[in-house]
Amino acid sequence: MVAVQHTRQEILGYLSEIADPEIPVITIEEIGMLRDVNISDQGCEVILTPTYTGCPAMGIIEADIKALLHEKGIEQVTVKMVYNPAWTTDWISEEAKIKMNKYGIAPPKHSSCGSVADAEKHVHCPRCDSQDTEVVSRFGATACKALYKCNSCKEPFEYFKCH
Amino acid sequence: MTKQEALFKYTLRLGDNALILSQRLSEWCSNAPFIEEDLALTNFALDMIGRAQAFLRYAGEIEGKGKMEDMLAYRRSERQYYNNQIAEQPNGDFASTMVRQLFVSAFEMYFFAELQNSKDATIAAISAKTLKEVKYHLAHAEDWVIRLGDGTDESHNRVQKAVNDLWMFTGEQFEMDEVDNLLIAEGIAVDLDSLRPLWNNYVENILKTATAEIPKDEFMQTGSRKGIHTEHLGHLLSEMQYLQRAYPDATW
Repeated sequence: MVAVQHTRQEILGYLSEIADPEIPVITIEEIGMLRDVNISDQGCEVILTPTYTGCPAMGIIEADIKALLHEKGIEQVTVKMVYNPAWTTDWISEEAKIKMNKYGIAPPKHSSCGSVADAEKHVHCPRCDSQDTEVVSRFGATACKALYKCNSCKEPFEYFKCH
Repeated sequence: MTKQEALFKYTLRLGDNALILSQRLSEWCSNAPFIEEDLALTNFALDMIGRAQAFLRYAGEIEGKGKMEDMLAYRRSERQYYNNQIAEQPNGDFASTMVRQLFVSAFEMYFFAELQNSKDATIAAISAKTLKEVKYHLAHAEDWVIRLGDGTDESHNRVQKAVNDLWMFTGEQFEMDEVDNLLIAEGIAVDLDSLRPLWNNYVENILKTATAEIPKDEFMQTGSRKGIHTEHLGHLLSEMQYLQRAYPDATW
């Protein structure tokens, strides 16, 4: 007998507080990874979509979800990964982009990026807001970020790639 | 051959291509020419391991024998692997890795652009995701092939040698067998013949800009559709599978 004593909305509410392990100022809801919650006799099923297929943060997020819901008294929790529709940086909310920028990561500018090179132009420095920036490497410490430097304030920074 | 058998083999092929190239690229970890490249190459390896995981998990579901992706990755021998031989070729020098990446990524860009329209919803979804990642891999590879090919005499010669050595492995990417024919009729698989002129044109343009020449010799290696590989795959698997072979079912 498994009774989930919470509504779907309540559970979504709890889960919307879970932070992204790599960008702790943003939640998994704001980044667009948390898709849905289904409640059945078998318990609670959380639907997630990965940002990148090989994103190693997914395991941590799954553990965080289970730990939080167990704390709320929900024992039967499964996490299901869906690939369709494919995650896109379009799903990152405007508030989240502002928070990301304050945290020092330039948010994705153009969401619908046709070519990789086009998407890289006009990235503002998150520290001094200068447009005079250049790519150091398209690949950073995590799959979702590129390395940049600002030619104005000379600081290096990360850019959340358009995807 | 039933549709289920064909779909299992096709999905293994998709997973194996990603898994084996991922393993090769991960060998660059801490060995790349500089830190940014170390990060780039391991980023690709990570994308590919994620893709392999998704496809092999699905392959296990199709087979219906309760095999998870890890068992398919760690408990098959080389004759049961269906990756194209180009994926298992040793890294060689940096130019060689970049040329291999150009040949593979250019193929994958056209391939997944088509496969995302597959009537199989799972294959279509993983393909749509993969396509976004492949665009970054390809942009990186072509930058380097052009920069090195049109660079110093030394870098040019290394790119040309890599093109000469790897060219005979490019034909296999377009090979089709019973599996493909059956699934093309179902609207699941991609007709690879239609991709060949697109790939040729793309790669020829990049190599031309890189001042490298395409070998005249048209001999093409073959075999992987039947599980026949170059000697390199066995060595790669012996390292990749060591732990699960020595301590079956070990977890941590």
